[in-house]
Amino acid sequence: MSEMPVIDQERCNGCGLCISVCTCQALLMINNIITIIEKEECTWCTQCEVVCPTGAIACPFEIVFSNS
Amino acid sequence: MAIQLEVIKSIPYFSGLSPNELDSIRELVFEKTVEQGEIILLEGELTETLFFIASGAVKVFKTSTDGKEQILSIVRPGESFNDVPIFDNSPNPTSAQAMTPVVLYGLKKNQLKDAVQKHPQIALNIIKVLAERVRQLMSLVEDLSFKHVIGRVAKILLEHAGDGATPGLRLTQQEMAAMAGTVREVVARSLKTLEEEGVIDLNRHRIIINDKKALEATAAYS
Repeated sequence: MSEMPVIDQERCNGCGLCISVCTCQALLMINNIITIIEKEECTWCTQCEVVCPTGAIACPFEIVFSNS
Repeated sequence: MAIQLEVIKSIPYFSGLSPNELDSIRELVFEKTVEQGEIILLEGELTETLFFIASGAVKVFKTSTDGKEQILSIVRPGESFNDVPIFDNSPNPTSAQAMTPVVLYGLKKNQLKDAVQKHPQIALNIIKVLAERVRQLMSLVEDLSFKHVIGRVAKILLEHAGDGATPGLRLTQQEMAAMAGTVREVVARSLKTLEEEGVIDLNRHRIIINDKKALEATAAYS
């Protein structure tokens, strides 16, 4: 299962900027709600997080040591 | 598509104008559509049109001689992004690229001048917009010139890395920026630098620390 960006539906204003910036079509608007679908092609470019005007999308990084 | 009065109304330049005044502005504005990834303005070129975003998002950036990109701002609907060359009649100080498909509303320089003379409220609005822009850029200058942000980012990575037994805290670049007292753009640049130096690897949603000693040495300068 691929890790995907996280959407806070309460903060989302439905502007759709994240959909247009996503290069792997992982974001969809379904019944006026932004929905994320699992995509192997998602490179974690974080552009959806950058472009979101309300901070509703998070692309968190897990920080690990190379030997752990 | 026809120029939308609602969009004109949402532009800070035209805040406080009456419906009739907004209508007269609408008559001057033209629409331009831009594809995702397209360069809208190039640094150093002259421009005759002020652009506002009707829909989509635009990245405003400068590129160094060695090809490094510094993002200055992400511009969203209602905002303009090439005010400076319009008002000082000089070349674009930055480049602008469409991050999404973008619809722009353009206003020719001479028509903007006429509108300002006709509706002085626009001049007051422009002063406010430019003052906000100066404040935002001052904050970015402070971050880029005075603060050892890379050291603080290194410290954050060390403090929040998982030890193998327990997973580390997961952080967005925005959260790291808030912790380091800087902006997201500077965190992104710091991570890129650490990756170029081989200290860390950015592997999709993981930041892998390859060289703990080098990261500790960087953190010591924070």
